[in-house]
Amino acid sequence: MATQSADFQTLSRRYTADKGFRAFIQKGMSGYYKKRDLNKANFQDWQGARDLAAEIKYEAINHLDKYLLEFEEKITARGAKVFWAQNAEAARDYILKVARENNVQTIIKSKTMTSEEIHLNDALEERGFGVFESDLGEYIVQLRKEAPFHLVFPAMHLTRGQISDLFQKELGSEATDEPEKLTMIARDVMRRKYCEADMGISGTNFAVAETGMISITENEGNARLTTSLPKIHVALLGIEKVLPKLEDLSLFLPMLATAGAGQTMTCYNTMYAGPRQPGEPDGPEQLHIVLLDNRRTELLADAEQRDSLGCIRCGACLNVCPIFKNVGGYSYGTTYGGPIGSVITPHLRGLKDWKHLSAASSLCGACTEACPVKIDLHHHLLQNRRNGAKSSPNPLEKISFGGFSLMMGHPALYRLAVIFGRIFQPLQSVVNGTILDPLRAWTGSRKFPTLAPQSFHQQWKKDRGGKK
Amino acid sequence: MRISLFIPCFVDQLYPNVAWSCVRVLEGLGHEVLFPESQSCCGQPPFNSGYWDESRSAARVTMKAFRDAEVVVGPSGSCVTMIKVFYPDLFKGEPDELEARELAAKTHEFSSFLVNVLGVTDVGAKFDGKVTFHDGCHGLRELGIKNEPRALLANVKGLELIEMCEAETCCGFGGTFAVKYAPISTAMDEVKCASILETGADTVVSNDSSCLMQIRGMLEKEKSNVRSLHLAEILASK
Ligand code: SF4
Repeated sequence: MATQSADFQTLSRRYTADKGFRAFIQKGMSGYYKKRDLNKANFQDWQGARDLAAEIKYEAINHLDKYLLEFEEKITARGAKVFWAQNAEAARDYILKVARENNVQTIIKSKTMTSEEIHLNDALEERGFGVFESDLGEYIVQLRKEAPFHLVFPAMHLTRGQISDLFQKELGSEATDEPEKLTMIARDVMRRKYCEADMGISGTNFAVAETGMISITENEGNARLTTSLPKIHVALLGIEKVLPKLEDLSLFLPMLATAGAGQTMTCYNTMYAGPRQPGEPDGPEQLHIVLLDNRRTELLADAEQRDSLGCIRCGACLNVCPIFKNVGGYSYGTTYGGPIGSVITPHLRGLKDWKHLSAASSLCGACTEACPVKIDLHHHLLQNRRNGAKSSPNPLEKISFGGFSLMMGHPALYRLAVIFGRIFQPLQSVVNGTILDPLRAWTGSRKFPTLAPQSFHQQWKKDRGGKK
Repeated sequence: MRISLFIPCFVDQLYPNVAWSCVRVLEGLGHEVLFPESQSCCGQPPFNSGYWDESRSAARVTMKAFRDAEVVVGPSGSCVTMIKVFYPDLFKGEPDELEARELAAKTHEFSSFLVNVLGVTDVGAKFDGKVTFHDGCHGLRELGIKNEPRALLANVKGLELIEMCEAETCCGFGGTFAVKYAPISTAMDEVKCASILETGADTVVSNDSSCLMQIRGMLEKEKSNVRSLHLAEILASK
C-alpha cells in the first residue's frame, strides 16, 4: 500500500480520536459561518454571483493561451519580468538565480500557498538565505516548523496559549493571551525584517490580462510592506489565476472575502502593475512574476475536471467539509487540503499515490454547494475513484465488486446469497466487536443492523402473490 | 396512477416495514402500487467505489425491471440519486444510454413524489411525538429536496418538529466509506447524534434509510432512547 494512504489512515485516526481538538476546530468555524452568511446576504443574488464567477473562470481557463500572453505583454511593457516555470524546480531555480545575482541576504514573504507547493522556503534556507514569513499565521507555523494547517487560516489549530508559549520560547516575550498583544509581539519582529530584507516574495490572488496587473488581497498590511519595501519583488502566480478583465475583480474580490473569511471586503486590496516607474519615489526596483505550471496543464487537459482550475483558494470548501473538520489539515499530507486538495492533488502529484483522498469522502456535496466558483468538487472525487479503479484497481475490491455485480446481475443468485446471510447472521453476534468480527470496522462504534426475518420481496410474494 | 415501487436492496433485507409504509401511504391515496420482483440493487456500491463496469451490470437489472413502469418511486434519496443523477453519467456513450435517461426521468424520491408530482402534503397521518429531521445529503444536494419532507411532517397530527443545528451535515455513512474510513465516519456520526440529542426530540426521522442505519447504529450502541424512523413510517402511522 502506498505510504501516503497509510499515513492518511494513521493521522486521521489520531486526529478524530481527539475530541477536544475536533471541538476546537468546530468552534473556530462557527464564527466564520455566521459572518459568511451575513455577507452572502449582502450580495444581491449570491447564486447569480456564483454563476457569473463560474462563467468568467470558464472563459479564462479555456483561453489561457490568450489571456496569459496578454497579461505578460502588458506587464512586461512596464518593466516587469515574467518567467514561465514549467515545474517547481524551474521556479525555485529562477528565484535562487535572481537572489544570487542581486546579492540578496534576507527575504521576507507574504502569504503564498504556491510557495508551499514548490517548497520554496526549504530551498532558500538550504542555500543560506534568511527567510521570514510576515503573515501572522504563517509566521507562527514557521516558528513551529509546521506547514499551514488551512489554506486561509494557517494557524487555526493553535490556541492563544500555545501561541503565547511559542513566542515566549522563540522570541523571549512575556506570556499573554490577548490577541492584540500577540500581534504586537510579532509585529515588532516583523517591522525590523521589512527594513532588512532585500527581497520580498508574495503570492498572487488574481492576475488581470486586460491591464497587466496582479492583485493581492490581505488583512494585515504585511503584503504591502513585503512587496514595496525590499528592492526586489517576486510574485508567484499559478497560471490559472488570470482573469480577462479588470472589472472582473469587482466580483471576485468581495466574493473571495465573503467565501474565504466571512468579510465584506478584505482589509487591503492592492494592484501591482510593474516595478517602480521613472519618477516614482518608492516601490521595488525589480518585479519578477514567476508563472507556474507544475502540472496544472495536465488538469487543463482533463475536460471533466478542468473547472477545478477555477479555484480561487478561498478555503470555503474546507470550512464546510465534515471530513476536514474532523481530521484537520495535517492528515492530508498535501499542500492543498480539504475537498479541493483531494480533487487536484492526484492530478498534480499522481493518481496512484493520492487517490485515497478521493475515497476518504462520504460524497456529501457540502463542498460543491459552498464553492463560490461552482467547481463540481464531489463529483470529481467520484471521477478520481473511477480513474483510480481503472488504472490501478485494488485486487480485493475488484474481486468483491465482481462478485457483487454477478450476484446483483442475477436476481436468483441474490436471493440465494441472502438466504446464506440469514443463516450466518447469528454467528456474527457471537464474535461481535472482537478481532474475529469481519464487520469490526462498523461494529466498533455502531450496532450492526439485523436482517429482517423475511425480506420485503418474500413478504410481498406471500401477501400479494404473483401480482407484478 | 400505477406506481412501481423501487425498494433498495438493503431496505428490502433490513427494513421491509419502510417498504410497506410506502405501499400503505400510496394505496391510501388511491393509487395502484406495483412491485417488479426482478429488481435487486441500483449498483451504487461499485459505482461509488469507482468500479463502473461492475456497477452497470447491476444497474441493467434495475433498468430492465422498470422498463415498462409508468412511474418509479423509491424511499431513499441516495438510491434514487443513483438512478436519477448518476445513471445518465454511468451509461454515457453506452448502447442503453437512452433507456438510462428514460428511467432517470420517471424515477422519484418518495417525499418529492408526494409533494411535487401528486401535489399532496397531508396524507392523514397521526404520530404523537417530538421529531427532528435529518436531511440525507443525496436527497438534499443532488435532488434538491428540503421542504418536501417538512411540508409532509407539518401535516402529521400530534407531531412536533424540532430542527437540529446540524440537520444538513452529513451523518458520515457514505457507503463503503463507513468501513474503509471508520474513524472518520464515526466522528461524523458523533457530531450528528450529538445534534439530534441536543434537540430533546424522541424520534429522528429521515427520508433515507442508509443514513438512518448509520445514526441508529450509534444511538443503539450508546443505548439512547431516541428512536429512528423513516419518513414513510411516520406518514403511514394512523
Ligand atoms: S474549490 Fe472552491 S471553495 Fe474550495 S478553495 Fe477553491 S474556490 Fe474555494
